[in-house]
Order: sequence, then C-alpha cells, then structure tokens
Amino acid sequence: MGDSQYSFSLTTFSPSGKLVQIEHALTAVGSGQTSLGIKASNGVVIATEKKLPSILVDEASVQKIQHLTPNIGVVYSGMGPDFRVLVRKSRKQAEQYNRLYKEPIPVTQLVRETATVMQEFTQSGGVRPFGVSLLVAGYDDKGPQLYQVDPSGSYFSWKASAMGKNVSNAKTFLEKRYTEDMELDDAIHTAILTLKEGFEGEISSKNIEIGKIGADKVFRVLTPAEIDDYLAEVEESAAATRRTGKIGNEEEESKMMTGGRNYTRLSIDSQKVSGSVCTPRWFFSRERGVKISPSHHLLICFHKR
Amino acid sequence: MSIFEYNGSAVVAMVGKNCFAIASDRRLGVQLQTIATDFQRISKIHDRVFIALSGLATDVQTLYQRLVFRHKLYQLREERDMKPETFASLVSAILYEKRFGPYLCQPVIAGLGEDEKPFICTMDSIGAKELAKDFVVSGTASESLYGACEAMYKPDMEAEELFETISQALLSSVDRDCLSGWGGHVYVVTPTEIKERILKGRMD
Repeated sequence: MGDSQYSFSLTTFSPSGKLVQIEHALTAVGSGQTSLGIKASNGVVIATEKKLPSILVDEASVQKIQHLTPNIGVVYSGMGPDFRVLVRKSRKQAEQYNRLYKEPIPVTQLVRETATVMQEFTQSGGVRPFGVSLLVAGYDDKGPQLYQVDPSGSYFSWKASAMGKNVSNAKTFLEKRYTEDMELDDAIHTAILTLKEGFEGEISSKNIEIGKIGADKVFRVLTPAEIDDYLAEVEESAAATRRTGKIGNEEEESKMMTGGRNYTRLSIDSQKVSGSVCTPRWFFSRERGVKISPSHHLLICFHKR
Repeated sequence: MSIFEYNGSAVVAMVGKNCFAIASDRRLGVQLQTIATDFQRISKIHDRVFIALSGLATDVQTLYQRLVFRHKLYQLREERDMKPETFASLVSAILYEKRFGPYLCQPVIAGLGEDEKPFICTMDSIGAKELAKDFVVSGTASESLYGACEAMYKPDMEAEELFETISQALLSSVDRDCLSGWGGHVYVVTPTEIKERILKGRMD
C-alpha cells in the first residue's frame, strides 16, 4: 500500500491523542453534499443531493449511488474520486467472497471489509485517509440494514442517518420523523422531506438521487421519472397541510394539538388526499410535552395507516 | 501402486429422510502392512456438517486441520455456522488452490441444510464437486461401494434403516478390497441427534 519512498505513515498522533488527518478527512466529508439513509421495516432507502457545478454537465452520467452487489448499495458524502476507488475495492471483495463460498456476502461482512480498507489507509506508508463517509444499504438474511463507514474505518449501524453539509439539521429532522414501523414508501417520503429541509434552490429529479432496496433484495437506483412521482406526492401532502392550517413549524403544530377546531379540519382534509394519510402521524405521534385529550386520541387512531 | 492407494480407505455417505449417514473404514496401512485399526477418517465440522476424507493419511489430517481453522474463523466473523453447500464450496476452493501440487485426498461432505434437507457431495483431489441426491463414495474400495450402494439404496429411509443399509454396503465393499476394512465407523445425523457407531466386520 502506498509509495515505496515512504515507509512511514503520514497519519500520526497529535499530543492530545487525536489523529489530525482523520479529523481533517471528517471535515472534508462535512463539507460534501448531503446524503442520508433511512432503514424501514421492509427495506432501506438512501438518497443524496446531486448538485452539479454547471448546467452544462450531463446529469445522467453522474451516478453518486452505486451497487456493491445486487442486494447492497452505497452512497457517499465527500470526495467523489475516493468513493470510486472504495466502490471498486468493495465490489472486488464482495465478489471474492462469492467465489469462495458461492454465497452472496452478508452486509455486515462487506461493511467490515470496506472499513478495514479505510483503516489500512490511516496506518500505511505514504497514503492519506479516504475523504468520504459511506452509507451502505443492504438487505440480506438478517433483514434490512444501514451502515455508515467513516474515514477512520469505524462503522455504525443506523436506523436513520445523514452526512455532509446539512448533517445536524437533517439528523434532527430524522430523529423527529423516524418511526420503528415505517414502511419503505414512507421512508422514501421522509428522505425527500429531509433533503428538502436544507436544499438550496428548487428540488427536482435532476438534482437528487435516490436508491432503495426492499424485501425483494434487489437494490435499485430510482429513475428520474420515479423520483418525479415521489416529489409530486410530497408536494401534494405539503399542499394539503398548507390548506388546512398552515402547519409548517413547531409553534403552529403545538397550536394544532391544542386548538380543537383546526385539528378537526386537518383530519377531514387528510382523508381527501390520497397517499398522504401517513402525514398526520408525524405531527401527533412524536411531539413531546404536548398533552392529547382523549377525543384527539380517538381521531389519531382513526387515521392510523 | 498409485499414491492414492498408499494408505487405503473406504468412505461412503447416504441421504435419508431428513437425515444422512456417513461411514468409513478404520484401517490405516502402509501399502500391504496394517499399522492401525482405529484411524479416524470422519470429522465433525459442526453439529450439522461432517467431512470424511479418503486418500493419503497425512493429507487427510492436514486438510482436516485447515478446514476446521477456516470454519472456526468463519463462525467468529459471521456469528453463525457454515451451511453444508457453503462448506463444500470452501473445500473445493482450498483444493483447487493446490492445483499443481494437490492434497492427495478425496473428500466426502455430508450435512443438514436449511429446512433439515440433507446434503451430500464428493470431490476429486483438485476440487471438482459432484453433488448427488442418493449416495456418494470415495477411496480404494469405491468401485465395490458404487455397486453395493446402487443395489441396496432406497430413497427416504429413516435413520435406523439408513444405518443398516450404509453399514451393509460398507462392510460388503471393504471385504472385496484388501487395503480397507478392519471394521467401520458410522455417523447417523438427524436434526435432533448424532449417533456414532463402530462396526465389527471381518478383521482383515
């Protein structure tokens, strides 16, 4: 690994016990485009912004979400070229495993091997750490799984996670919206909303990329047409909530909880809007510190998906 | 004399109803001289996968140690046991690694897979897998074993009947082979238990 001129590692400890190069790598990741992943009960979705430097770039040729195996996909935040190299190495490792055992590689094993490669680059001569964090989404015998791998080589399993520019906002948003029994379509909906939160400019199927894997264990990157469908659905449910009392921020949501009249109107309207029945649940199921009277509770149960 | 016939061996595995049986002879010889009558050819990889190796005894032992090593690491890394099909693929890969200086043994692998479905296979010394639905044989007595098994085998036998069948097939075949014999060692494996039995045949 690395040039023969340098047999010593360029990643060395600072007196405070930190590996400064890795911290810098994480900064590089933090200034990369936002990406996120959500694990649903029956699948995983990963998504990313696809901001291109100019309108002249052929957006169809840019693929930020890649397959590692037919049932494992990956997205990144950080440096694109480093990502390409890692994808190449991971694909090779997955295929080596398959050749040896004639079995598709389990997600945890692939994540571990990839993380090992990333760790090697923090402890070898003449190389620098990778400037990417990966979100690996896969579905194997253990069910849907989502892992984040950092430049240091550490990996974590997440129920929902975000990386890149807008990470703190996105994570707060996800913490509020995430539910254990979310289904894949809900998760895609939530992913789009999360991306929208910190998006500069108009969100469209040309400047985001979404990949999903369901119980069929086939990882797919959504086509622009499919993304357009989901975006339309998001718009519809956003418009619906706007019509019924302008729910947009916390204050107004709390008002909705306690103001009986507004609450009733919301329920009725969401009945009319198809495909967004899931929406009311977010506002009412996870808000903290707001008391719900028994009558409100009845309405919530009535509208549960 | 071929190097495969240096030590002498007879190994057979059969499929029953949600169970399998794997059997071997017990003779270890150096050409015509018998030097041991309790040689262990069948080894347990885990409760549901067994491997029996025929051929040169030193390679039998070394290969077994290598396979146990690989399986233990797999268990630690993946936190699960290997499926029999996966194990067979691993053995095939390890044997082919030594394509131009091979391990001089032919393995017989038997295991219970998903849904208690029995799995058997054999391979040659460089890893060519041969899957079978009924029985597989290996060793110096293989030709006799083929004949005996073909005659005596029935599909979907229960554990006890399977034991009888495989024992008769083994003992009658090793009687026709001067390099194998001195009793038999039979494992009958069902989803709930492993029965190990020693057979007493013609002690010659």
